[in-house]
Amino acid sequence: MSLVIRGGHVLDPANSVDAIQDLLIQDGKIAGLGPKLAVPQGTTVLDAAGKIVCPGFIDMHVHLREPGYEYKETVASGTRAAAAGGFTAVCCMANTSPVNDNRSITDYILAKARTDGVVRVYPIGAVTRGLEGKELAELAELAEAGCVGFSDDGKCVMNAELYRRAMEYTLPFAAPVISHAEDHTLSRGGAMHEGVISTELGLRGIPAAAEDVMVARDLVLAELTGAHVHIAHLSTAGAVRLVRDAKARGVRVTAEVTPHHLLLTDEAVRSWDANTKMAPPLRTKRDTEALVEALADGTVDCIATDHAPHAVADKEGEFDRAANGIVGLETAFTVLHDRLVRRGVLPLPTLVARLSRDPARLLNLTGGSLTVGAAADVTLIDPGATVTIDPARFASKSRNTPFAGWTATGSPWKTIVAGIIVWEA
Amino acid sequence: MGWTRKHLLTIRELDGGEILTLIDTAASLQEIAGREIKKVPALRGKTVVNLFYENSTRTRTSFEIAGKWLSADVINFSASGSSAAKGESFVDTARNIGAMSPDVVVVRHSSPGAAALLAREMSCAIVNAGDGAHEHPTQALLDLLTIREKKGHFEGLSVAIVGDIAHSRVARSNIHGMRKLGMTVTVGGPPTLIPPYAQELGCKVAYRLDDAIRDVDVIMMLRLQQERMHAGLIPSLREYSRYWGLSLDKLRAHARSDVLIMHPGPVNRGVELSPEVADGPYSVILDQVAKGVAVRMAVLLLLAGSKSAEAA
Repeated sequence: MSLVIRGGHVLDPANSVDAIQDLLIQDGKIAGLGPKLAVPQGTTVLDAAGKIVCPGFIDMHVHLREPGYEYKETVASGTRAAAAGGFTAVCCMANTSPVNDNRSITDYILAKARTDGVVRVYPIGAVTRGLEGKELAELAELAEAGCVGFSDDGKCVMNAELYRRAMEYTLPFAAPVISHAEDHTLSRGGAMHEGVISTELGLRGIPAAAEDVMVARDLVLAELTGAHVHIAHLSTAGAVRLVRDAKARGVRVTAEVTPHHLLLTDEAVRSWDANTKMAPPLRTKRDTEALVEALADGTVDCIATDHAPHAVADKEGEFDRAANGIVGLETAFTVLHDRLVRRGVLPLPTLVARLSRDPARLLNLTGGSLTVGAAADVTLIDPGATVTIDPARFASKSRNTPFAGWTATGSPWKTIVAGIIVWEA
Repeated sequence: MGWTRKHLLTIRELDGGEILTLIDTAASLQEIAGREIKKVPALRGKTVVNLFYENSTRTRTSFEIAGKWLSADVINFSASGSSAAKGESFVDTARNIGAMSPDVVVVRHSSPGAAALLAREMSCAIVNAGDGAHEHPTQALLDLLTIREKKGHFEGLSVAIVGDIAHSRVARSNIHGMRKLGMTVTVGGPPTLIPPYAQELGCKVAYRLDDAIRDVDVIMMLRLQQERMHAGLIPSLREYSRYWGLSLDKLRAHARSDVLIMHPGPVNRGVELSPEVADGPYSVILDQVAKGVAVRMAVLLLLAGSKSAEAA
């Protein structure tokens, strides 16, 4: 079975391709890339004139909620949301119920992905048993079962000695430890960023220092152990500075940033809409500017959405009691393209690289390039499509987005996984 | 001088004219308290629900009295002894009460934004009777009415608000209201009880009691909650009282002789205020409470009364 994508604007940062070309896919793999490709008879032709053709997006930070919270999301609904956002692979965090801290849960998630999923699913294993921060989970067996990284995401491993041991123990597995960097003693009880707005609203604040302190600790531990530490959802200018300094020293650190931390500030909380509540919280303009700069210069390696589906009841009540987190898969590309690329803040090839090449590289995953012979995970974008974000039309089971009602230009058009079109606009 | 708002959620969103409309209306209603028959028919046939998720004596009672003097039907709901105690969510409870067609819901809740949430979820008028550390508009209004009665005007007055500013909705509402009416505000307390970026609210900050109270026209002392000590914000009540409690000696040494002493209650006698000060000639604490009824009558009347209301 073969498919040729004709005349699209191919953007393949891994191979420095940025040109109008044809892309040939055969048997689930990239079979050719070039101008006016000759193709075998019977090849399906897809006219992609005016469209962007790029490696499939990879979101290394997603909550699929299965097992345990199927009322919020499932592997089936979450991977469909991913496909609708142009993502061909997702990494799912371990804070399910039961927690993904042992092989049977990893096996279960992967089995669900095979039967129900439409994009690739890579589990992240817990660092500690039950995410309790007390004892190491069975990390070797989790790695063997297919976990591509380790994280207690949602919680920070506060015990520095234990976290050091986790970094050391996982050294042989070529899978990073992923830090949810939040000093819980500094953030306790906080519902938003500590700043002018929290003071005005009377909401307890989470200081930027709660993140900076823990990023600093984890960088020091990475230096001590030689481990690859990945900082999840970077949100502060201070943490950006720390990561930049550590990278310059040669520390094995990588970092991700979410679309919401790039585009929204704590001003949004004035609405009292719990869809502006997440951990880490929305920060200030100074922070968003530092994050955009860091994304452009590579201090921040990749974009991840921290897709965190919640049911209506988890979000509709009192702000300080509402659940943390928002969905992100179906809005990420669109809002970033519109607000960063179209406004000239971030070049399109950089956005594509941070969504595909870079996460693939840092987790050693399939995909991330259109190299001949690679798996045919491809995302097609319609750069001129203007959409109004309507949560009612999400493929996700959940609707908790702060981007509802935004009108934005540039939207996924088709999503191809292993040569199969799994989603079309 | 009209009133067009559906709700009373914050002082921050009001302009000076709206605040004065509320205060003037309250002033005109004060005389009802002195009548033999304390009843006017202004809100006959209207239903006011007091939805209180936090304990309250002054505020709940004065809203109830205010509603009754205006002839409204007043229903008191408290979280304990209701379906909230059975685990019904705040929003669900609100929707259910909303289904019974009240005209006004008065809400007190420990979560900031709770009143705004009800304004979104219910179709009736909402009065914020205190939402966490956010705002307590009717308290600020009664404080302002008290100040005007004692001082005769607002413009140019200076006020010190002293104590646990960080956790105080009273402080926030008063800061907004006082600034809009031309007063200057200094907040005082140990740095751990002053919220970050307090200056951004438009007030000065003092870290010594004598600096805070020197030459001001009004001193408003706030209640110090015992929990603040357990949270590590102050070392002990004893130390707090020694440095931040207002005694007669400190008052005479640093404050003007015509200063007003206010407190939103309940007073911790011997902690933030010594008994001689709380009960002394400078104190207008009970005037504040008396004005609370008039202010709440004014609020209910403006939100629920027919436009040609014959109040008096």
